Amino acid sequence: MSILVFAEHDNSTLKAETLKTVAAAQAIGGDITLLVAGFNCQSVVDDAAKVNGVTKVLVADNAAYEHQLAENVSLLVTELAADFEHIVATALTTGKNFMPRVAALLDVTQISDIIAVESSDTFVRPIYAGNAIATVQSLDSKKVITVRSTGFDAVATDGNAEVVVLDQATDAGNSSHVSDELTVSERPDLGAAGVVISGGRGMQNGDNFKLLEGIADKLGAAIGASRAAVDAGFVPNDMQVGQTGKIVAPDLYIAVGISGAIQHLAGMKDSKVIVAINKDPEAPIFQVADYGIVADLFDALPELESKL
Amino acid sequence: MKVLVPIKRVIDYNVKVRVKPDNSDVDLANTKMAINPFCEIAVEEAVRLKEAGTATEVIAVSIGDKSCQEQLRTALALGADRAIQIETSEALDSLNIAKLLQKVVDEEQPQLVILGKQAIDSDNNQTGQMLGALTGMPQGTFASEVKIDGDKVNVTREIDGGLQTLALNMPAIVTTDLRLNEPRYASLPNIMKAKRKPLDVKSAADFGIDLTARTKLLKVTPPATRQAGIVVETIDELVEKLKNEAKVIS
Repeated sequence: MSILVFAEHDNSTLKAETLKTVAAAQAIGGDITLLVAGFNCQSVVDDAAKVNGVTKVLVADNAAYEHQLAENVSLLVTELAADFEHIVATALTTGKNFMPRVAALLDVTQISDIIAVESSDTFVRPIYAGNAIATVQSLDSKKVITVRSTGFDAVATDGNAEVVVLDQATDAGNSSHVSDELTVSERPDLGAAGVVISGGRGMQNGDNFKLLEGIADKLGAAIGASRAAVDAGFVPNDMQVGQTGKIVAPDLYIAVGISGAIQHLAGMKDSKVIVAINKDPEAPIFQVADYGIVADLFDALPELESKL
Repeated sequence: MKVLVPIKRVIDYNVKVRVKPDNSDVDLANTKMAINPFCEIAVEEAVRLKEAGTATEVIAVSIGDKSCQEQLRTALALGADRAIQIETSEALDSLNIAKLLQKVVDEEQPQLVILGKQAIDSDNNQTGQMLGALTGMPQGTFASEVKIDGDKVNVTREIDGGLQTLALNMPAIVTTDLRLNEPRYASLPNIMKAKRKPLDVKSAADFGIDLTARTKLLKVTPPATRQAGIVVETIDELVEKLKNEAKVIS
């Protein structure tokens, strides 16, 4: 069997989640080809060639793919699809955006957000915001799959795959990129960080998120937030962890002033170790936390920072 | 400009989901059902376009058995002009839903189709994009802002690192994210008025599409539960546990 994995990247670096998606492809079993579609993305190609378990890297380096517009990328992947039984992408913004178009163009349905592989046609995925886990068999001849990367362990990067440059330049011509407004941060990506510290409504305002920064710096952590904190306008939405935000599973997750609504738990309950800091001893977050401390966060955070 | 809004009937988001004892599916017997929250945002956006004078007609469509008429009436009460129910008792895969919607698009010729980015039951996040591919329309998914600009629509999207704005030639597909708008409550007079608005019922079988299932649900189980851990008394104790017991910090 042959598997095409779409590499998630920003034209400069390969996203760490792609290494986990390749692990999912290995679990399916077969010859793995990685597709890098972008523009001026040679450094991504260099990263991609080192991914273990990948035999070939296909490169479509063209202005049409600079912003990975769904219309253009889906045409490209569909053109390449004939050689593959499985087409796999990470369930991040780009993959979630274009993959269903690929499925529809190939006249197959998509299996979204898989967290485990049972066999080459049967997959496990959360439904109802993770409140139930479904095992689903695809009856289509070609499988189009997106992977929730937190379900898989990253493959190593000491491989040496063959690089093949494509000359495709599929441009649907009906959409164009206007602008990006990206959050600039020195900290690791929420999705890739080994430690995440998140603040909730208990933080009271956006300024108080500074209390998390010193701890994040000491732990090399990413900073997240609950939906309540985002909806209250404390921080931007791209920091949101939860069913409607990012799904994370770091080694250590520290929830500060977060009550633990189901919505939030759906985004972090697969973390290895969970710490909760909350002044309400009845907060549901304590039911999933490995270590809880009932304390006022305005006392606890400075103390924690000083003792790390 | 016509706006088409496909909507889905799902479990109310406040209701706790139970898995059936035989693990065949979740148990929806006697549970409160509602319009999918993302679909409600889609209806609201379409109605606002109409109120702004940009849209001339808002059409809600839903695919399901007779019970989804309830959610179509909700959409009408929120301000949609008319509704279409495509009758089927089957739970269809996203691709088959998108194929039925493609037929509705062919017939109604909307300039904009606004859908929820995903349904909170199946969590698939597929239908809008699939409809885009089938109709050849461009898409602006996970929208937090929609601005009509002549024959184009500018869509600001919530992406992993922040926001991205795209310009799409119309007709186009938009799928909604949470921050696009805050849906209104339907007023009692509007709920009464909605009862008299037109609601067409069509049979899915009449569309001439092969609706054979593409997936088979083998089993549904409750998620693994996490055991509650311990409550520590001091920050010193917490740091000690994280270092020596959990070994997640050094």
